[in-house]
Amino acid sequence: MAVISRGFTGRRAPEAGKLPPGQYLTATFPVLSAGPTPHISLDRWEFKIDDGTQVLRRWDWKSFRSLPTETFTTDLHCVTRWSKLGTRWEGVSLDTMFADLKTDESYALVRSYGDYTTNVPLKDLMNHQAWIAFRFEGEDLAPEHGGPARLLVPHLYLWKSAKWVRGMTLMREDKPGFWESLGYHMYGDPWREQRYSGDE
Amino acid sequence: MWRLGTVVALRDETATARTIMLEIPDWPGHAAGQHVDVRLTASDGYSAVRSYSIASAPSVERRIEISVERLPDGEVSPYLTRELAVGDRLELRGPIGGWFVWRPRQTEPIQLIAGGSGIVPLMAMIRSRAAAGSTAPFRLLYSVREPGSVWYRDELRSLPERNHSVSVTYAYTRATPKDWPRPAGRIDTALIASATWPSNLAPTCYVCGPTSFVESAAGLLSGTGNNPAKIKTERFGPTGDRQ
Repeated sequence: MAVISRGFTGRRAPEAGKLPPGQYLTATFPVLSAGPTPHISLDRWEFKIDDGTQVLRRWDWKSFRSLPTETFTTDLHCVTRWSKLGTRWEGVSLDTMFADLKTDESYALVRSYGDYTTNVPLKDLMNHQAWIAFRFEGEDLAPEHGGPARLLVPHLYLWKSAKWVRGMTLMREDKPGFWESLGYHMYGDPWREQRYSGDE
Repeated sequence: MWRLGTVVALRDETATARTIMLEIPDWPGHAAGQHVDVRLTASDGYSAVRSYSIASAPSVERRIEISVERLPDGEVSPYLTRELAVGDRLELRGPIGGWFVWRPRQTEPIQLIAGGSGIVPLMAMIRSRAAAGSTAPFRLLYSVREPGSVWYRDELRSLPERNHSVSVTYAYTRATPKDWPRPAGRIDTALIASATWPSNLAPTCYVCGPTSFVESAAGLLSGTGNNPAKIKTERFGPTGDRQ
């Protein structure tokens, strides 16, 4: 039973119905990163899918940008409790990148420039739920927001949408990434409020 | 999962910032740099939660301090800095976070860089160092708008007298004290070169503040040869709440 905060009235957002529990609405786009922003030149950028022993797929910027793209509008929910609604992106669907790739693995460890990692079940990356995004609100994605390209898997808390992605390793067993090793939830569903490792 | 804390003391830091001391009977302890979620609940059940960095060192007493800046359009910070009184109770969750932390077993040189209210978790590190009797060499570079914007002023002023291995350098962005050698302005390469550890000492760096401040300071640190893997950052979003 919650303790009532004497004299607190609060501010109810008109769009509160679109917000997962414990979130508040922001119109800004806050930045959260564990370290300095890496600046990656496009002629050195690459994205690889491997299975821990061998590289299964590899793209450089040119071959990546020759893949068919999608534009989509989605809500973002950060574990630090802000949500931003109706953001517009352009990117390549993971379905496209996995189109002719057969795998028996069930999880992915997503890797970034700057050594960030995060784990996501493979099924959460398929069926138009996840993209490698390179454009935000019609502009090239800024470095502090993950440019040149970031993963976007918006039905999970935003730390799963790794900035500055460089690839992913497919795995049989789930394995914690960076924040997941530091007390954050393995899956991170905002609607079930899976913020920290103890949350169900 | 939510703990109950009682406000035992309040102290103004500046005209817009206040430190809140809480007693939490089941507080499990924390590490310097961690934060806590604070939940306010209105009489109709509506609740709002925000995260705040812990300012105090870990201690055997079940007490923590948080310092909160009042944001003009904030939902939670005006309540915490104006309405809240000694004896009130708050719901808390934490401690949270395991990356932006300093632990007493670290013996390498430590570079702290704070922008505005970003001083809070760094102050916890300075206090934790003293509480643990650590001799790790610390440097703090603290960027504030003007002399009146300094938090923990007296405690920071007395630090070098009490301990020769903690140094503090201030950078003023809008207005400086009288006869201050450096004109008002943002942290730049020259100041990083003169006020931070040389990168060949391989310091661990902690940078906390508003997004643009952290982007700039962390970029200058890696530009002067610091290993990006040893630069830990914590950014506030543009709306100013710890995000």
